[in-house]
Amino acid sequence: MNEVLKAENLQVFYVLETLGEKRIAKAVHGVNLQIPGNEVYGIAGESGCGKTTLLKVLFANIEPPLRAFEGRVYYCVNDKYIDAFSLSAREKRELRWTYISYIPQGSMSAFNPVKKLKVTFLDFLESHVRGKDREELLSLTNHHLKTLGLSPRILDAYPHQLSGGMRQRVAIALSTLLKPRIILADEPTTALDVVAQRAVLQLMQDVQKELQNTIVLVTHDMGIHANIATRMAIMYAGKIMEEGSTEDIFNHPLHPYTQYLIHSLPKIGDKTPRESAPGSPPSLVEPPPGCLFHPRCPQAFPLCSQEVPELVRVNIDHKVACFLRGNNRASCS
Amino acid sequence: MGILKDLFKDYRFTIGFIILCLLVFLAIASFFSPYDPIEWLQVARDKPPSWPHILGTNSKGQDVFWEATFAIRNSFIIALIAGLLSRVVAILVGFTSGYKGGLTDRILMGISDGLLVIPLFLILVMVTMLLREAMTLVNTGLLLAFFGWAWDARTIRSQVLSLREREFTQTSILAGNKTLPLVTKEYLPFTMPLIFSTLINNIGWAIGMEIVLAILGLVRLEIPTLGTMLQWAISYQAMLLGHWWWILTPLILTILLLVALYWLSVSVSEYLDPRMRIQRIGAK
Amino acid sequence: MKFIKDYLFPRLVQYLLVVFCGITAVFFIPRIAGQDPVLEMIAQIQVQGGSLDPTAVESLMKSLEELYGLKGSLFEQYITMWKRVFTLDFGPSLFQFPTPVSDLLRIYLPWTMGLFITSTLLSWILGNLLGGISGYFSQKRWSKVLDAIIMVIRPIPHYVFGILLLILFAYVWPLFPVGGLVLGRRTAFNLDFVLRVLHYSFLPALTLVILGGASWFQQMKLLVQNVKREDFIQYAQAGGVKERLIISRYVLPNAMLPQITQLTLALGQVFSGVLIVEMVFSYPGMGLLLYRGVTRGDYNLVMGITTLSILTIATAVLVLDLIYPLLDPRIRHR
Repeated sequence: MNEVLKAENLQVFYVLETLGEKRIAKAVHGVNLQIPGNEVYGIAGESGCGKTTLLKVLFANIEPPLRAFEGRVYYCVNDKYIDAFSLSAREKRELRWTYISYIPQGSMSAFNPVKKLKVTFLDFLESHVRGKDREELLSLTNHHLKTLGLSPRILDAYPHQLSGGMRQRVAIALSTLLKPRIILADEPTTALDVVAQRAVLQLMQDVQKELQNTIVLVTHDMGIHANIATRMAIMYAGKIMEEGSTEDIFNHPLHPYTQYLIHSLPKIGDKTPRESAPGSPPSLVEPPPGCLFHPRCPQAFPLCSQEVPELVRVNIDHKVACFLRGNNRASCS
Repeated sequence: MGILKDLFKDYRFTIGFIILCLLVFLAIASFFSPYDPIEWLQVARDKPPSWPHILGTNSKGQDVFWEATFAIRNSFIIALIAGLLSRVVAILVGFTSGYKGGLTDRILMGISDGLLVIPLFLILVMVTMLLREAMTLVNTGLLLAFFGWAWDARTIRSQVLSLREREFTQTSILAGNKTLPLVTKEYLPFTMPLIFSTLINNIGWAIGMEIVLAILGLVRLEIPTLGTMLQWAISYQAMLLGHWWWILTPLILTILLLVALYWLSVSVSEYLDPRMRIQRIGAK
Repeated sequence: MKFIKDYLFPRLVQYLLVVFCGITAVFFIPRIAGQDPVLEMIAQIQVQGGSLDPTAVESLMKSLEELYGLKGSLFEQYITMWKRVFTLDFGPSLFQFPTPVSDLLRIYLPWTMGLFITSTLLSWILGNLLGGISGYFSQKRWSKVLDAIIMVIRPIPHYVFGILLLILFAYVWPLFPVGGLVLGRRTAFNLDFVLRVLHYSFLPALTLVILGGASWFQQMKLLVQNVKREDFIQYAQAGGVKERLIISRYVLPNAMLPQITQLTLALGQVFSGVLIVEMVFSYPGMGLLLYRGVTRGDYNLVMGITTLSILTIATAVLVLDLIYPLLDPRIRHR
């Protein structure tokens, strides 16, 4: 058992109620995940497909209007699997940052705007580390920043004084302070220019090598996945469509949706126009019947609109949810 | 009406509405009063509550209950004049300022900011001192309206500013619509709820101000209002002499009226602000 | 410096503008209303003080015209008025003729300022702290109970609330005096005096703190409920930062900053409230002076009070504006 994080049959929906009308958005709709240790695990998909929500669920941070209807998330702590949803608020608080931590989307507003960054670092440390005084905690922070190649001088700055890329790197430093086994990163490079993106990605890889832990990286940018993810999952409308090693996925994409995602990437020397999937993602409130992708799928056939394909293993290390591949077709004949 | 049904789910709206209805009913009752509101010595003086004077009588020889019905009616008149008229100014200033922007905006907001910082109450006192003899119900209302628009113009302006950023403004301008139809047809419906809640707040302010002006003797004291009723009770030492029914009547009526208005306005604005609505759902 | 140009300069201009416009308004209001303060004053003196012989009236009129700054054209009068504002000379008071208005103001202003500053600070701090904590725990039972109480108190006007407290704690249950702290010419600063002042100021201050606090409470509660949804707070919560730290270092400082701006906007109203409460409790401040001035038709005194109040509030707003950058790093380090 080398998985550090497991998710079983997650059904987590947004329950919205306006003017007495109840609407349910199925943001995470039957997701199973096994995330091994010491990897960069990518989760890809268009915006609005439930990636960020899935991260929140993996972080066991489910608050109204989000509600978990079914499913479990397991953390592997000291070689034992524990059910993350059944933890008390106090136990969760103790695991956060020491076992699992989180790099937020757009660190622009992730830091307290009216305090120096030093204070924010100390807040996180003081809440988790017992029996050390301010000076010790501060030198611990300084040391940590230095190992990540960041200048400790930034601790005396206010968040608004740093550039976006710098702020994102500081966010990475903050989330790795206590050497967590799992880091969840939500679009860490969005809204950054290419140079800053590079620095951020490099830092994440460095951190991963240094700590030998697992980074779960969510982004819509397939280029980033190609660069740093070792395994990845493709998500569409709240479901996992394909899962496997990054190499397999990029070299032999099985799901039509994955193929679109990969074909939309620019390639050096290739001048043919890039195409993306026609149409737009389905509504999470009223998802289409059958395979969620069938309205946009060029290879769809009648079964696709009637039954939901299961995520099944087709190769040793490659899973897909599509009637065109694997055993699903056998079940219908 | 679905909206009303939803609003009545809020206990504050229901209570506020019921109290307000009762007070309006009292105000209407004044038309059937057996007594004249101004004449003195119509009944025995200083009698504690008993039938037929259910709220007793005062030192001027008036029935406190019937006097109170006139007071509510007249305070309503002042507050409505002040509230409605200042809404006109506030809407005009707020819309012009928010829609035109630029120099117009800066000048208008400069004026209203100035009015906010200057102790309006004192200017109001100065003006009423000079116009003391002319302070009838209508004129009191007019004067309060003149001073009561600055804050709300500001609130309306910021709402218009946010509407101006929305897409339909651009589409409407590109479609060649003139400013006036755009503002009246597209903006007014959006700002109506906000205007309503500022109206209620302003009415509360006007009633409070009228009381202070009456205490200072700056309005026509013979006309019964909540303020003048209190003024007479205080100047006749009702507290010291133990005529509690006389002084408590205007006090409690004022509190009931203002609390009812305030609850209505809070309830309506919470209902209209979607962020607050989410909060309410989260509570379930 | 960008800070001076973008922050300091506009505020100084606004200060000067408010003072200028306010005092100009005070100058023009009686002139538009067409009142002749000199004739009115002589009439008043004759009513109150009995007979004056014609030559005395003549010389009085001259000196009064001078005192009131009514000599010369409107423009000259206007210039004279400004000179007098700078020397804080508002002519003689009528109801205590010939005591200069400025002497009266000098006695009463410190009392008003004491009440104004302490009650404003107390109500702002208490209201914001309670409102902030209650907004953070808005789903808790005690928070809802507190909110319901505030919902009843909040709309009551100063005068009515003051009278209620007066009836309750001075008549029904006489813990405090009805009012009427008399200022001697010379007051000794000993413990006895301080205790007496506290005894007399308690109810006025309580009125102001409760009403002001209720208003800050509600605004803060709304603010916190919005701040609570900000990313940096959700992030700190997700990161397991202790709730105590989240409230004291994240929620309160971030929600209190806009409340300082609100305070500068509300200061005029707050000051009016102080004057009104002083009238209820016969507290020896400018409000009581105003009451006396108004009821006895002492226009000079009322003008003096208004002018001084405009100066006081505008200056207080400026001071707050100057303090603000010290508290908000986003403005300090732009």
